[in-house]
Amino acid sequence: MNKFRFLSVTSILILSTFIITTSVFAFSCKDKVKNTEIILATTTSTYDSGLLDELIPVFEEETTYKVKPIAVGTGEAIAMGERGEADVILVHSREEEDRFVEEGYGTERRDVMHNGFVIIGPEDDPSAISGLTAVEAYITISANEALFVSRGDDSGTNKKEIAIWEETGTTPQGDWYIESGQGMGETLRIADEKQAYTMTDRGTYLAQQNNLSLIVLVEGDEILFNPYRVIPVNPEKHKDIDINYEGAQAFVEFITGEKGQAIIKEFGVAEYGKPLFYPDVIK
Amino acid sequence: MEIIWQGIKQAIILIFTGNREVYEILFLTLRVSGSAVFFSMLLGIPVGVLAGLNKFPLKKFIIAVINTGMGLPPVAAGLIVILFIWRSGMLGFLKLMYTPTAMVIAQVLIASPIIAGITLAAVQQIDPKLKQQVLSLGANRFQVYWILIREARLPALAAVMAGFGGIISEVGAVIMVGGNIKGETRVLTTAAVQMVRMGNFDMAIAFVVILLAITFGVNFLLTLIQQKEGIGWIRRF
Repeated sequence: MNKFRFLSVTSILILSTFIITTSVFAFSCKDKVKNTEIILATTTSTYDSGLLDELIPVFEEETTYKVKPIAVGTGEAIAMGERGEADVILVHSREEEDRFVEEGYGTERRDVMHNGFVIIGPEDDPSAISGLTAVEAYITISANEALFVSRGDDSGTNKKEIAIWEETGTTPQGDWYIESGQGMGETLRIADEKQAYTMTDRGTYLAQQNNLSLIVLVEGDEILFNPYRVIPVNPEKHKDIDINYEGAQAFVEFITGEKGQAIIKEFGVAEYGKPLFYPDVIK
Repeated sequence: MEIIWQGIKQAIILIFTGNREVYEILFLTLRVSGSAVFFSMLLGIPVGVLAGLNKFPLKKFIIAVINTGMGLPPVAAGLIVILFIWRSGMLGFLKLMYTPTAMVIAQVLIASPIIAGITLAAVQQIDPKLKQQVLSLGANRFQVYWILIREARLPALAAVMAGFGGIISEVGAVIMVGGNIKGETRVLTTAAVQMVRMGNFDMAIAFVVILLAITFGVNFLLTLIQQKEGIGWIRRF
């Protein structure tokens, strides 16, 4: 008898606590959450640079929406869109974006802004890559087995890096090729500590420049072009999930609209002397 | 070295000038970890007491499960919660993803086994004769539990401290289920992480200093209670 009582008391306790926890908090949050919420899956570069902290409050003030930005790599952001875990994505990997929209997960792709990737390294540039093209630089680095830090996280930057390696016809591997598996900010610091080469978007580099001794060695190469696009997630693909498509569209209109573009254009100018991102819709 | 001093200075400035963002983060941290510890007590202490004082089938197995739970990696807790609450998950309709509630649930998952495990060990330390004695004096079942819980209250307090310390200092689970959204689900630990990512080291240090101050404050308070009680407890003999 005892056993039964013990088991029933315990299970009732566990159940009731869980029900209380979830219901109390679910109700306390419910009003806020009710489909005014937009989940924006985006890249670490737009978030860690501080750009979204400027854009989102203005958007929220203009509309009744509440944006929840989730900063992950482009690969994960796209995966979130495919699963319907996000309403809109802001990413930078052309091929992946095209596939995402062609397979029907996204309804449209809109250009938002761009900057360039840069290859950075120690000031004394031991492998002498300064001024080379990106592909030449990678060939030199791999021939010298100079330390190189890769994001290794399936992010947009990582995808671009791999694309450049593919152009060189060599596969980077060995002790000199380090995969950080982390965001751009952390990767920059690892490269700095190890005095290694790495590739970064210019925005994150500028935002972190004060903490880094690494300098820009390769820039302006066509292959290093870094365009960001915004894609609303297709609600038709996830009929059982409450995708906030209207909210997503409103965000797309905002970020490609006059106000959003003006914020992008101004962002970072005061602090770094030049914009971190260049708007695509206004010039 | 200089950056550390600057961080500490920054922390003091942020606290005393009433920086709104810092206070929001501070209160959210206390709210989330406070409620998590509260629910973990409700869950952990009874489970610990019942499992410690009763004989039942699979007792050793269940104790082993609780002990494993004590070392549950926060990331595992985060992942388990995510699988249930994301939009396509079983509880997706509750829209809990990226809310403080989700963070509370994940933290309850981390803290309740810690509290249950320490409570369990504590009540097992109590002389089994005490239970017999209380029963022979005509106490009913709940009175017995109550007396034994009272007897184990100091270790239970230690259990609560351990649980609180475990969750307030945790990053992995809260960043997974909370998303580290500014002004909503950003707590002291994830704020520090974000500041490091953004290269604001002095702010990161400031958040860590505040975090240390809170954990120290809470533990100091609980230690005071424990030590004071401890003296009275010894005196009774």
